Amino acid sequence: MNKEKQLFTISVYTENNIGLLNRISAIFQRRHINIESLNISPSEIEGVAKFTIVVNMTEENVKKIIGQIEKQVEVIKAYYHNDEETIYQISGLFKIKSKLLFEEPQIQNIVKESNARIVTVNKDFFVLEKSGKKEEVVALYNQLSVFGIMQYTRSGRVAITKEEMKISELLETYNN
Amino acid sequence: METQTIKNQEKAANVTERISGSEAIVRCLIAEDVKIIYGYPGGAIMPVYDELYKYQDKIHHVLTRHEQGATHSAQGFARISGKVGVAIATSGPGATNLVTGLADAQIDSTPMVCITGQVPSHLLGSDAFQETDIVGISTPVTKWNCQVTRAADIPAALAKAFYIARSGRPGPVLVDITKDAQFEEFDFCYEKCTKVRSYVPIPKTVAGSLEAAAKLINAAKKPLIVWGQGVVLSVAETQFKAFVEKAGIPAAWTILGASALPTSHNLNVGMLGMHGNYAPNKLTNECDVLIAIGMRFDDRVTGKLDEYARQAKVIHFEIDPAEIDKNVKTDVAVLGDAKATLEAILPLINTNSHKEWHQQFKDLYEIEYEKVIKGDLYPTKEGLTMGEVIKEINIQSKGDAAIVTDVGQHQMIACRYAEFNKTKSNITSGGLGTMGFGLPAAIGAKMAAPDREVVSISGDGGYQMTIQELGTIFQQKAAVKIVVLNNDFLGMVRQWQQLFFEKRYASTEMVNPNFVAIAEGYYIKAKKVTKREELAGAVKEMMESKEAYFLEVCVEKEGNVFPMVPSGASVSEIRLA
Repeated sequence: MNKEKQLFTISVYTENNIGLLNRISAIFQRRHINIESLNISPSEIEGVAKFTIVVNMTEENVKKIIGQIEKQVEVIKAYYHNDEETIYQISGLFKIKSKLLFEEPQIQNIVKESNARIVTVNKDFFVLEKSGKKEEVVALYNQLSVFGIMQYTRSGRVAITKEEMKISELLETYNN
Repeated sequence: METQTIKNQEKAANVTERISGSEAIVRCLIAEDVKIIYGYPGGAIMPVYDELYKYQDKIHHVLTRHEQGATHSAQGFARISGKVGVAIATSGPGATNLVTGLADAQIDSTPMVCITGQVPSHLLGSDAFQETDIVGISTPVTKWNCQVTRAADIPAALAKAFYIARSGRPGPVLVDITKDAQFEEFDFCYEKCTKVRSYVPIPKTVAGSLEAAAKLINAAKKPLIVWGQGVVLSVAETQFKAFVEKAGIPAAWTILGASALPTSHNLNVGMLGMHGNYAPNKLTNECDVLIAIGMRFDDRVTGKLDEYARQAKVIHFEIDPAEIDKNVKTDVAVLGDAKATLEAILPLINTNSHKEWHQQFKDLYEIEYEKVIKGDLYPTKEGLTMGEVIKEINIQSKGDAAIVTDVGQHQMIACRYAEFNKTKSNITSGGLGTMGFGLPAAIGAKMAAPDREVVSISGDGGYQMTIQELGTIFQQKAAVKIVVLNNDFLGMVRQWQQLFFEKRYASTEMVNPNFVAIAEGYYIKAKKVTKREELAGAVKEMMESKEAYFLEVCVEKEGNVFPMVPSGASVSEIRLA
C-alpha cells in the first residue's frame, strides 16, 4: 500500500440527520487531519445525503478513517478514491467591477479563453463562474486578481466515480 | 404460553393512549424492562421526575449525589448484568456532568442510555438558563445521540436509543428532550426497535475466514490467545472455554476480559499489558500465531507497536470492522459476534495440548513469582502491601465476589491478584482510566446483582473523587463492601515520578481526612487497619457484614507495581523491578 500522502476523495452516503456533520467532522478533527474541502448534497437516492470530502493523507490512514466513518450509526456506506478513479469538479465565482470590462479589454479574452461564464452583469459589477479542476479556477483567479476582484469564492469538490458504487443494492439488502 | 403472553403485552403496548411526553419517557423505560435508573433532578427534567413519582412501584429511581455518579452506577449495573444501564439528568450542568461517564462507557463499550432534559425548544440557542449544547458536547463520546423537540418523537427516539446501546458493539447513547416536548400531550404507542437501516450491528463473517483461521491455529507450534471484553459482551464464555480447551492454547486477558475464564483454569496464563504478567507479555513476542478475541490492541496492552508480535501471524475475532488493522496488522480477520464465530470454528480445530510451549509460561511464572508475586502476597517487611489485602479478600470471598476497582496502583494489583470464579466479576474503568469510577460503579453492580458480594476497592485519591456517593449507599442501603488502600499518595503517578522523573513528587502526596469518621458520618460501619495482624480479621468482619462496610487499610507509602512495561517500550522489555 502506498505510504505517500495523496489526495483522496471520500464519498459518504448517509441518512439525512441533524448532527451527522458534527459527528463526521469530529472523526477528522480528533486525528488532527485537515479537511481540504467538504460538500454535502442529496445523492442519487431519495432521502440519502452524500458527503464528498477531500483529504490529503496516506492510503493506510484513509482506510482507517473509512472504518471510523462507517462505524457511525447513520452512515450507510463510505468509499475512498484517488483522482484517477474519479471525475471531479469545483466551481469558482468572481465578482468584478463592470467598468473593467471596458477599460481592460484583456479581461474579455481571459473570460473567453478560460471557458468561464458570465452569470450576471449590471452597471456596477459582473459575476463570472468557472467550473473545472481546482488548478483551472486558481489560474483564472491569478489572471484576474491583477485587475482587482471585488469578491471571490470557491466551492468544495464534487465528484463522481468511474466505478459503480453499489449503494442502491446495499440499501436493498438493509431494507430486507 | 410464554410467547403468547409476550405477544399480548406487545399488543397492549401498541394501543395508543393520550399522555404527556414525560409520561411517555417513563412508559418507554418500562417497556424496555428498565427497573432501576440513576439520576439527579433539576428544572428541565422535572416533568419526568413528576412521572417517576407516579410510577415508583415500577421504576426505582436512585438519587445519586452527583450526575457523574449516576453514569458510573449505570455502568456498574450494565457491566455486571449485561443489561442497558440508564442515567437521567437535567440540562446544563446536569448534562455536562454526564460526560465523563459517557466517555468511559464509549471506550469500554458499555451499554448505557442517558436521558437529559433540555430548555424549551423556543429557547434553544438563546443562552437560556441551564442551556448547554449537550448533543454537540457528547457527540464524540456517544455511539449515537439525538435531540427531541416533539413529544410524538419520544417513543421512536428511545426505542432506537436502547437498540443501538445494546446491539453490536455496545455503547452509550444520549437522548436530549426539551421541556416543552415533555409537557406536550400526544397519542402514545411504543414499538421496540429491531433495525436501523444504515446500521449493521454484527458484520457478516467473510467466507473462508474461519477455515483460514483454523488452518493457522492447527498448524501453530506456539499459539497464544489474547482475549478481551468481547467474550463477555457476546456472552461467549462457554464457547470460549471450549475453544481454549480443545485447542490447548495458553490464553491471556486484557483487564476488561478478566474473569471470562476462571483465574484458576490451567490455560489461563494471566494478564496482558503494562502491569500484566511476565509470561504472556514476554511470550507475545515469541508466539507464532496470535489469536485475538474481542479485544482492540490498546496501547496499554501492546506497548511499542513496531515491536509487538512481529514474528506472529495474527488472527482477529472482532465485531467492529473498524478495529481490524487499526493498531495491529491482521492476517486473518474473523468478523462477527464472538459467540457465533467461536462456536463455528470449534469443529474445525484439532485437539492439541502444546505441552512444551505451556511449560515456557510456567517457567516464566516461576521467575515472576520469586521476584514479584511472593513479596506482594506474602511480604516479610513491615508495611502492609496492597497484594496481601487482595489475597485476604480472595480467601474470604472464595473467588466468588465481584471486584469493582477505581484507577491506579490498587487497580493493577487487584486485577493481577483477585481470583475470579465467575464471569462479569471484574468491573473497572479500563480504557478511559476514570478515577472515581469505582465507588458509584459498585453501587450499580450491587443493585443489579443483590445476591452477589460486591467489593469496591479504591485508592485514597480516586475514592475522594466520588466520595459523596457514600450518601447514595446509605440512602439505598446498598450492601457494598468498600475498601480503601491508603498510601497517602496518588500512588501510580508517584511511581512514575520515582522511576521516570527522578523522584520529584510533584503534587502526589495527599494529606488525607479521617476516612473512618467520614464513613461513620454516613452511618456506615467502618474500620481502619494499620497492622498485618489485624488484616485478616478485619477483612473477615467486612465480608461477613450484611450491610455496607468501610475498611481503610493503610499500606506502605511507596510501594510500586511490578512487572512493568515502561511507556513506549516493547512488551518483551517488561521489567520485574
